[in-house]
Amino acid sequence: MDWKVLLEQAPSGGMTYLGWLWSGLFWTLAVSLCAWVIAFSVGSVVGVARTVPLRVPRAVATAYVELFRNIPLLVQMFLWYFVMPELVPKAWGDWLKQDMPNLLTLPFAAQFSLWEFTAAVLCLGLYTASRVAEQVRSGIQSLSVGQTNAGLAMGLTLPQVYRHVTLPMAYRIVIPPMTSEFLTIFKNSSTALTIGVLELTAQSRQISEYTFKTFEAFTAATLIYIVITMTVIFAMRALESRVAVPGYIAQGGGR
Amino acid sequence: MPMIELRNVSKWYGSFQVLDDCTTSVGKGEVVVVCGPSGSGKSTLIKAVNGLEPFQKGEIVVNGVSVGDPKTDLPKLRAHIGMVFQNFELFPHMSITRNLTLGQVKVLGRSQEEAEAKGMKLLDRVGLLSQKDKFPGQLSGGQQQRVAIARALSMDPIAMLFDEPTSALDPEMINEVLDVMVELAREGMTMMVVTHEMGFARKVAHRVVFMDHGQIVEDCTKDEFFGSVRSERAQTFLSKILHH
Repeated sequence: MDWKVLLEQAPSGGMTYLGWLWSGLFWTLAVSLCAWVIAFSVGSVVGVARTVPLRVPRAVATAYVELFRNIPLLVQMFLWYFVMPELVPKAWGDWLKQDMPNLLTLPFAAQFSLWEFTAAVLCLGLYTASRVAEQVRSGIQSLSVGQTNAGLAMGLTLPQVYRHVTLPMAYRIVIPPMTSEFLTIFKNSSTALTIGVLELTAQSRQISEYTFKTFEAFTAATLIYIVITMTVIFAMRALESRVAVPGYIAQGGGR
Repeated sequence: MPMIELRNVSKWYGSFQVLDDCTTSVGKGEVVVVCGPSGSGKSTLIKAVNGLEPFQKGEIVVNGVSVGDPKTDLPKLRAHIGMVFQNFELFPHMSITRNLTLGQVKVLGRSQEEAEAKGMKLLDRVGLLSQKDKFPGQLSGGQQQRVAIARALSMDPIAMLFDEPTSALDPEMINEVLDVMVELAREGMTMMVVTHEMGFARKVAHRVVFMDHGQIVEDCTKDEFFGSVRSERAQTFLSKILHH
């Protein structure tokens, strides 16, 4: 084992191989967190839409979930990156592919363009949204219909019932599976390497190719991923106990 | 004009008829007990009164407003009809105080202070003022149901609907809830109560409605009902229910 190799000067970027790993970590976090913002907000809207007593929003939301969760993530990456620019008017497609700023000018220099980053974020975000939507829906449906009725009976409108009665409990109930989704988004962000985003996995592969230190390169990446996911797990546990409802024991109920 | 009037109400789940041409009414200040075997449609009937259960035929008029009319502002109508459920349905993530103020603030537009003052007064009335900062999960079933009654009363309802309010309670907690309801009835509250508690019916009901298979079989005064019930089905039901 030769960990010192990480401190050697890398052939590009004006940094050491360790610098490459840091840069990779930065882009892994950037892709994952941006995608999570999309996943959580779109997923919440879609998940709620799947439970409302209105035919059209429900059908649209169901179609969304089935579309995005039934295509392999890797294929979706290629669809966003390669196919989407061909489907929009030619001028837009060219702009996406050629004129989006190169990220070389940003800190944590990366040799890919903003389009690669954007495609990765959209792909990962909208894919994960379909999974988040199902978690939100199952959370809402685990509550008894009596809760909704109680809200409606006191004169709240349906949006108010969601806002004050159903969603606060539903989100609490789905914190454990939502933690899994949040973890998965960091791990799935590695697929962004296939469209040229130099995130953590891409960087470690690059290091292994340049130095032949395969074990060191991928062990380092593994450890960094574990640090990320453990941080998420502890943060979500802290959140769970912070919002715990005194005296509440989950009680299943039909809907 | 009665406070609550049901005229020829019918409802189907697919081809199964849950309500069959139901006609009855509840006058102002009247207490009507609805009873019948399980599956007879009594819960569906009471939920139709405030529009929680849609129905396909007939008409329900509450305080002059037609419930089934698509133009009716249901939230506005419901704000003035209190409802108490079998499973209490307090909001578990809110303190007792917030359970009591949510509707007052969000629906009636009262200030937080005003809502709290009103809520605490009613909480005191059901004997639970000391529990105001607790959460529903920390209260017993009977206590939760008393809070639920206080919550409904905090909206200054013109009528109260009770959907089997004591059916989910342990026997020793039934009376603490019934006591609150009896007191309410004696104060002249308009009440429609789905219950098997015949003692309660004897004590405060003005009229008793007996349902079976989605139909209203008996609709008579309390004395007639307990004295000389006409239908065989009601007699069988009574003989089963009064023996324990």
